[in-house]
Amino acid sequence: MRAAIVTFPGSNCDYDCFKAVTEVLGEDAYFVWHRETAVGDCDLVILPGGFSYGDYLRAGAIARFSPIMQDVQRFAAEGGHVLGVCNGFQVLCEAGMLPGALVRNRSLKFQGERVYIRVENTDTAFTVHYEPEQLLHLHIAHGEGNYVADAGVIERLEAERRVIFRYVDESGQVTDEGNANGSMNNIAGIINEQGNVLGLMPHPERSVEALLGSKDGLPIFTSLAERLATAGSSA
Amino acid sequence: MSSYTAEVRITPRAGLLDPEGKAVQNALHSLEFDGVEDVRVGRLIRLRLNADDDAGAQQTADDMCRRLLANPVTEDYEIVLVKGS
Repeated sequence: MRAAIVTFPGSNCDYDCFKAVTEVLGEDAYFVWHRETAVGDCDLVILPGGFSYGDYLRAGAIARFSPIMQDVQRFAAEGGHVLGVCNGFQVLCEAGMLPGALVRNRSLKFQGERVYIRVENTDTAFTVHYEPEQLLHLHIAHGEGNYVADAGVIERLEAERRVIFRYVDESGQVTDEGNANGSMNNIAGIINEQGNVLGLMPHPERSVEALLGSKDGLPIFTSLAERLATAGSSA
Repeated sequence: MSSYTAEVRITPRAGLLDPEGKAVQNALHSLEFDGVEDVRVGRLIRLRLNADDDAGAQQTADDMCRRLLANPVTEDYEIVLVKGS
């Protein structure tokens, strides 16, 4: 697998993603500056976390017009896999590549903590290495992670099993107390209709080694590596 | 071409929970402004633009709102246009 990691001005998790893919997984990765117009020869594009353009206007709203985003959209339209983490998820929503939007946390605070997440669908290229309903302990680090969408969109996401990750309490139950930021239906991550674009607010790249306290994020990367190795160049 | 000033007022969409507005409302209540029934916190963008006529200026400002300034999923917007600057 070869991953292109897009760096926007203000991205700050790009190196974490790079190390997860290269050092932990032993796969290939390279950075692509946001002003470039082609993602290059890759199987996966990662939009990392951070504060692109200082979150001006709305989180992700300006990054979505960066020159590289046009090619990211082309790449996805041709079936290429795209993973958006945190700010990357916000960019994907702003770009219309995923439905809905991420607004201010219910707490009104920036929340940097480890929370419980449940895997809701293991039948995707991003989650095949998880067990159904596996309980994960992952970091969140965001001020605007509160997922909202029209009732019709939520209904459709649920019906099509496109809610991939949900905030839960420590016993794995979907409760209001377990809802880290007030997201509708406790949504922490969703996938597009074609199943090749996934966005999530928690940071899987921060939980890929025992030394970091948790390896719960690693299966996303191993799932992709396996799927994209057999598929060859997907674009 | 004429010069216009456009004020774009962006507010959280009606019916959508506005945690910031709620926090401000609670603060106002604690200052004993008991009559406050609802608070919505939004954003004001003031910009100058050139356009052929009023309709063109309105159209351009509307286009800007739909494409960048507001997010239709979560926000409503309103444009107040004034000729001259």
